[in-house]
Amino acid sequence: MKHIQTVNQPSLQLTKNSGGCGECQASCQSACKTSCTVGNQVCESKK
Amino acid sequence: MNKEMQKKIHKFVQNGMYILLDVNSGAVHVVDKMIYDMMDYFDGENDAEVQKAMDGMYPAGDVQEALGELHHLMEIQQLFAPDIDVPPTFKAKGLVKSLCLMTAHDCNMRCKYCFGDTGEYGGERQMMSKEVGQAAVDYIIDHSGPRKHCEIDFFGGEPLINMPLVKHVTEYVRKRERETGKVFKLTLTTNGLALNDANIQWLNDNNISLVLSTDGRRETHDNMRPDAGGNPTYDKVMANFRKCVDSRNDENYYMRGTYTACNLDFTKDVEAMADAGFDILSMEPVVLKDSPYALTEDMLPEIYAEYDRLTEFYLKRHREGKGFFFFHFNMDLSNGPCVAKRLSGCGAGHEYYAVAANGDLYPCHQFVGRDRYRLGDVFSGVQNQELPQYFRQSHVLNKPKCVDCWARFFCSGGCHANADLFNEDIRIPYDMGCAIQKKRLECALAVQAILALEK
Repeated sequence: MKHIQTVNQPSLQLTKNSGGCGECQASCQSACKTSCTVGNQVCESKK
Repeated sequence: MNKEMQKKIHKFVQNGMYILLDVNSGAVHVVDKMIYDMMDYFDGENDAEVQKAMDGMYPAGDVQEALGELHHLMEIQQLFAPDIDVPPTFKAKGLVKSLCLMTAHDCNMRCKYCFGDTGEYGGERQMMSKEVGQAAVDYIIDHSGPRKHCEIDFFGGEPLINMPLVKHVTEYVRKRERETGKVFKLTLTTNGLALNDANIQWLNDNNISLVLSTDGRRETHDNMRPDAGGNPTYDKVMANFRKCVDSRNDENYYMRGTYTACNLDFTKDVEAMADAGFDILSMEPVVLKDSPYALTEDMLPEIYAEYDRLTEFYLKRHREGKGFFFFHFNMDLSNGPCVAKRLSGCGAGHEYYAVAANGDLYPCHQFVGRDRYRLGDVFSGVQNQELPQYFRQSHVLNKPKCVDCWARFFCSGGCHANADLFNEDIRIPYDMGCAIQKKRLECALAVQAILALEK
């Protein structure tokens, strides 16, 4: 495409009916622990 | 433009790039200025309106070509992707898989911004007993069901001042792992003051991940983090951190700082950490109410500009081959967490509990001492059965401020404890937290886009 560069292969829609295994690391969202922002957590099953 | 479609995208300019995020697919598009302008109008079904709006601004042929590209993105569900509802994989009831142990309601430092009242948590200075620690391990094993991976974080106060408990719990965890097949990740958050050779050796030998607290520059650190006698601590803790990180091959740690109203130029603090030879870093905004150190709305322009500077600094170091990890910029845009995880958020109150030194259970470490959030205790379990369900259902699709926010699947609704602190309601997010989070996410998305395009 000439006007658009897509930088990722998004998978969010694909995980609507999969995932949920709950094996991933907890992700504190307060300021005090460095494991905030859920969006940057790693999926345990894709490691 | 159809306003409903507007809620499905977010466009912004960062580092000179025009970025278009498709909220429900997570697709990140770097676009030209023309597409950026067109997205003020385009809703997927109004090409003629877009062409009219762009008339005189861009050549009609170029607009037509761009419309074709936008329709292609829609066809492959990377633009205006369908809304996400609560998926069947988001189970009705949470399983507790993570515990934060308040190993010591006491501390050898007197940090001026401490949310735990320098360890007391609104109560008395107290050490967790071995009985409580052991009961906590049994609690998580009994309540984590089929979950294989569990976590325990040794927190405080300062956990190193109760090393007998840390050692006892670790030994007990390893024994229970062998018996149950579960795998525990153990972490310890320390201010570094008591990080002596013996402790370092033991933490390495037992594979304990570390969160190392310091605030960056000497003057920032010493201003906010004196010891119990009021003395500066920078030299001592940095020497201990250096020795510790060297001894574990520069792995298995995070160095984290806190910025306050006193150091809104916190990029210099991140730089100080990097220049001191540490490269797994984070810097967090302080959360305080009615304090001279608190971050307030009038500071937001300065804070936003500082994140721009941090982004530039991060990229500069990366390009020079001297890159470092910055927690909030690490983001795998293609293989991020599933929808269920993004709804679970931090899991506080339903997948993650804190255990106070006396064994009381709370939704998370920040709620310790807030009486109306006491859930029960590690010996007799959760007595307040409604609260965990309320926390589990307090996800982004159930919070009015979150449901239409573009950042909802990245931040997962923010910190419940902060929402309670400022709004006395875990379903009303803390506004400053949202504002900072959104700016930081824009920077993170730009960083990832830039790095992808430079590959």
